[in-house]
Amino acid sequence: MLNAHQLRLQQKNRLDSGGRIERDKPLSFLFADRRLMGYAGDTLASALLANGVDVVGRSFKYSRARGIMTAGVEEPNAILQTGATESTQTPNIKATEQSLYEGLVCRPVNGWPSVNTDVMSVLGRLGGALMSPGFYYKTFMWPKSQWETYEKFIRRAAGLGRSPTLPDADRYDHMHHHVDVMVVGAGPAGLMAALSAARQGARVLLADERSEAGGSLLFSRDSIEGKPAMEWVADVVTELDASDSVTRLARSTVTGYHDHNFLTISERRSDHLGDRAPAHMSRQRLHKVRAGSVVLATGAHERPLVFANNDLPGCMLASSVSHYIQRFAVVPGTQLVVMTSNDSAYQAAFDWVDAGRKLVAIVDTRRDPDGAVTQMARQRGMTLITGSALIEARGRHRVSGAVVSPINAAATFVTGELRLLPCDTIATSGGWSPVVHLSCHTGSRPVWSDEKLGFVPGSTSEARFCAGAINGTLSLDQCLAEGVHAGSEAATAAHHLSSDRIMKIPASASGQEDVCAAMPVFLVPHTLPSSRAPKQFVDMQNDVTAAGIQMSTQEGFESIEHVKRYTALGFGTDQGKTGNVNGMAIVAHALGKTLAETGTTVFRPNYTPVSFGVVAGASTDLLFDPQRFTPMHAWHLQRGAVFENVGQWKRPLYFPQGDESMAQAIVREQLATRNGVGILDASTLGKIDIQGRDAREFLGRVYTNAWAKLAPGRCRYGLMCGEDGMIMDDGVTSCLAQNHFLMTTTTGGAAHVLSWLEIYQQTEWPELEVFFNSVTDHWATMSIAGPDSRNLLATLTDLDLSAESFGFMDWREATVAGIPARIFRISFTGDLSYEINVPAHYGLALWEALFEAGAAFGLTPYGTETMHVLRAEKGFIIVGQDTDGSMTPYDMNHGWAVANNKEFSFIGKRGMNRSDCLRTDRKQLVGLMTTDPSALLPEGAQAVRDPAEPIPMTMVGHVTSSYHSAFLGRRIAMAVIKDGLQRMGEKVYFPLAGGELVEAVICDPVFVDPQGIRQKA
Amino acid sequence: MFLIHCPYCAEHREEDEFHAVGQAHLPRPPDPDAMTDEQWGDYLYFRKNPRGEHRELWVHAAGCRKYFNVARNTQTYEIYATYKVGDTLDLGDDPQAGATGSALNRRSG
Ligand SMILES: [Zn+2]
Repeated sequence: MLNAHQLRLQQKNRLDSGGRIERDKPLSFLFADRRLMGYAGDTLASALLANGVDVVGRSFKYSRARGIMTAGVEEPNAILQTGATESTQTPNIKATEQSLYEGLVCRPVNGWPSVNTDVMSVLGRLGGALMSPGFYYKTFMWPKSQWETYEKFIRRAAGLGRSPTLPDADRYDHMHHHVDVMVVGAGPAGLMAALSAARQGARVLLADERSEAGGSLLFSRDSIEGKPAMEWVADVVTELDASDSVTRLARSTVTGYHDHNFLTISERRSDHLGDRAPAHMSRQRLHKVRAGSVVLATGAHERPLVFANNDLPGCMLASSVSHYIQRFAVVPGTQLVVMTSNDSAYQAAFDWVDAGRKLVAIVDTRRDPDGAVTQMARQRGMTLITGSALIEARGRHRVSGAVVSPINAAATFVTGELRLLPCDTIATSGGWSPVVHLSCHTGSRPVWSDEKLGFVPGSTSEARFCAGAINGTLSLDQCLAEGVHAGSEAATAAHHLSSDRIMKIPASASGQEDVCAAMPVFLVPHTLPSSRAPKQFVDMQNDVTAAGIQMSTQEGFESIEHVKRYTALGFGTDQGKTGNVNGMAIVAHALGKTLAETGTTVFRPNYTPVSFGVVAGASTDLLFDPQRFTPMHAWHLQRGAVFENVGQWKRPLYFPQGDESMAQAIVREQLATRNGVGILDASTLGKIDIQGRDAREFLGRVYTNAWAKLAPGRCRYGLMCGEDGMIMDDGVTSCLAQNHFLMTTTTGGAAHVLSWLEIYQQTEWPELEVFFNSVTDHWATMSIAGPDSRNLLATLTDLDLSAESFGFMDWREATVAGIPARIFRISFTGDLSYEINVPAHYGLALWEALFEAGAAFGLTPYGTETMHVLRAEKGFIIVGQDTDGSMTPYDMNHGWAVANNKEFSFIGKRGMNRSDCLRTDRKQLVGLMTTDPSALLPEGAQAVRDPAEPIPMTMVGHVTSSYHSAFLGRRIAMAVIKDGLQRMGEKVYFPLAGGELVEAVICDPVFVDPQGIRQKA
Repeated sequence: MFLIHCPYCAEHREEDEFHAVGQAHLPRPPDPDAMTDEQWGDYLYFRKNPRGEHRELWVHAAGCRKYFNVARNTQTYEIYATYKVGDTLDLGDDPQAGATGSALNRRSG
């Protein structure tokens, strides 16, 4: 453990006093395997700067050394990988946003092999010629076959971190909010908006991305209502936190502003506490907010000035220099040059000097700045160089000097002699860009303001109000006033009208000061044109330079959206926070247009990177994709069933015995069923209870076949088509009573069929009185099939099972093993078969009772694979396997299930009678017998009539089902073949991908018992 | 993410609970068999794709399971009104005039 003295020594840039840090809580952390120290209250960035760490990463494309440039969410360079273990690896963490905690482990993402010596920098120094805009398109697209090689190289060289290879060990969750007023940002304007809305009676949610409220006041030396700014903030926060109607979230970034005032907030609940979240809490939480009205008080990001080598470590935003000094007691250097085009950067010079470090000069691009701050700088004896610019930084891994020169009034060229000022830090301010990102998310385009020198929010149809620096407002008094008004208007819009409670607007000390107008400067001139000057970076994260942007306009890109895509300006996680406006101004200048004319690209969600964990919340694994089990599932598990997924259902595929293979098991299951009795768990079949005066008429309209005469106690196969005449679903529907039916659907089609019935009843035929209820889960269904099924069932029921009193396609109510049941004499195997439905909770009991009684008959459980083979032996189709959405009932040779004489033009009738559907040479369902009885004909294999035809061959159809039939002792298949019904006995050929040719004969698809004797036994 | 007023539940609910079905007010022709292939094809497949006011059929799938009509703007995503199947709604020349477009109006709707 280091003592206090050693801690101080190590943190060479830390001041002895001041800042909002806890000096009695030292924290140690690892950066690139180096142990460093900081304090509670630090961000990772402030701690790195305190320790004098200059280089925190390598740039994306040119691999240049980069240091910390900002103090907030806009940071383009200090993007790190955090995580002490594999399962806590997190890429894309901005050091400026990450709070420091004991034991934090982080490393740069781009430094391959290390941040200080990087082989890629050789590429980078070769410069523009190799890495020009559109570089990836131009260089790596040809030859196409090499892309995979290039891609590996690029990804390794230019990644922004890596994904963990182990599952995330922490929990995440979601929370919903319904509030009157959502306030985004807890700076001076946001605090006032929240307070005035709350005092007016509104329920308020206030979110801010930082660990502390205050926004720009966190590093301001101003006072409000006679109190130091942060004391005033503390008082406001106390009142807000005491109010029952206000919820305040810290470390919570509003990442998306969606339609109808729906906002998403990513709250980092425990990222500041340690590598893992504490056991009792989630790591992050996604808040989903529906707000009556929204106040955007998102502030502004300072714009850097663009000059040569402006990416050298030591180049920072002026406000961030103040931020580090005031909030963290960290002075990020020893000798400072400030360059500014406006008044705000003077604060950095004052803070720097007050911290006891040397100010070399303030370089002001304006000729005659005369604001209060300029006068104060003069009074304090600071060196002021006006009408000039810092045109180039010098240095290798850190700034060592600044080249300063006079410039013309338009800041377009250098007018005088160059001077080299030695320094290690350069702080610049090119003005302020309102944070309009969220305002764009609902489709509103920002508007350029010449007066504010920035894009301000455009109009919207949402109940949205903006306050403070997002409007381009920079005076603190004005921001406070706009906050009060916006909060009040937002509360009023959300129906809290008690206007007598509108609060007084607080006043700040700086309110009366003179301000000198800012000057528009977006690219600092150099003695050389941008194309030949050292690189002038516009977008640090994406390594976009002024020369690159100019080149893209020379290459013909004129739309700002195209320039963005070609150069990558504003791409990625950066979203143009610091670089966009400068870049667009450079485009506008190159095209001879104004910024208002070229406009801006728009921003999309998310404002900052959002973890996959918080998006998923608790919805992972089974909570994301639930599984459905039948009532007999436990039995299947115990019997060692192998399952298949059918939608969300788990269905036994087969029941292996001993060390049987799947092929062996299904042969045994087939033969046991055909020769004795087998049992299938069919509970997953969709079941819809249909009742009402017009239920029968309704069935006649949605099914292709006739339903008028189906008597209670009878069942019928039904075929359902879409309006296009193509088969959609099928199943057996039983008449329970005159106006009461039970419809079954395919397992996968159940939900869709229910919606289908509902939409026709509600929107087309509301005059029909009919009601639908999904009862799939209410009933357990088991099908006993095979010649012994009657004998087995007879041991468990008193019902007369003789064919005379309980025939094929009848159903009866009875008790089976003492359990009330519905028994349907229907068959999907072509054998004597009974489908028994009992209330779901009796399912397992009846299943077990059947096995007890079935021991004497060798009752064999079979799975879906055997079910498929047995149905194919009978030529029964499976909708979705033998059909594909382009098959009419006639194509499937199911014309027998179409009742064209029905009075009502049923769904599908008109469609299946289109001229194209009546062609006789459509693909039609047939059976196939391979000439070689064991030849494997894969499903999907394409048929040709002439195997000698040169490629491309004429394809005439394809195999839809193909199995080995144990009962027939050979392979069987079903296929759709053009004109197949007229070609019985003809040969077709299947050239397979491996070069083999399979020959088959077209036949009737009913391979077993074409007369139907077995099922009617 | 829309906030949608279900005219049957008489409540605003989250879009999660609804499904969009497609263009509204497309009654099934009373005598399909009398239609030409082309007419039937138009009914089945041809839909408007306006930029601006549009009428759609939605269903409160995870709620009351009722289908209803939505008048909304495909550009701004404002919802002017929702109304029951079988009802009609005339928004006139200026849909905004009778609109429930802003969140505050939706709240009172
Ligand atoms: Zn509803």
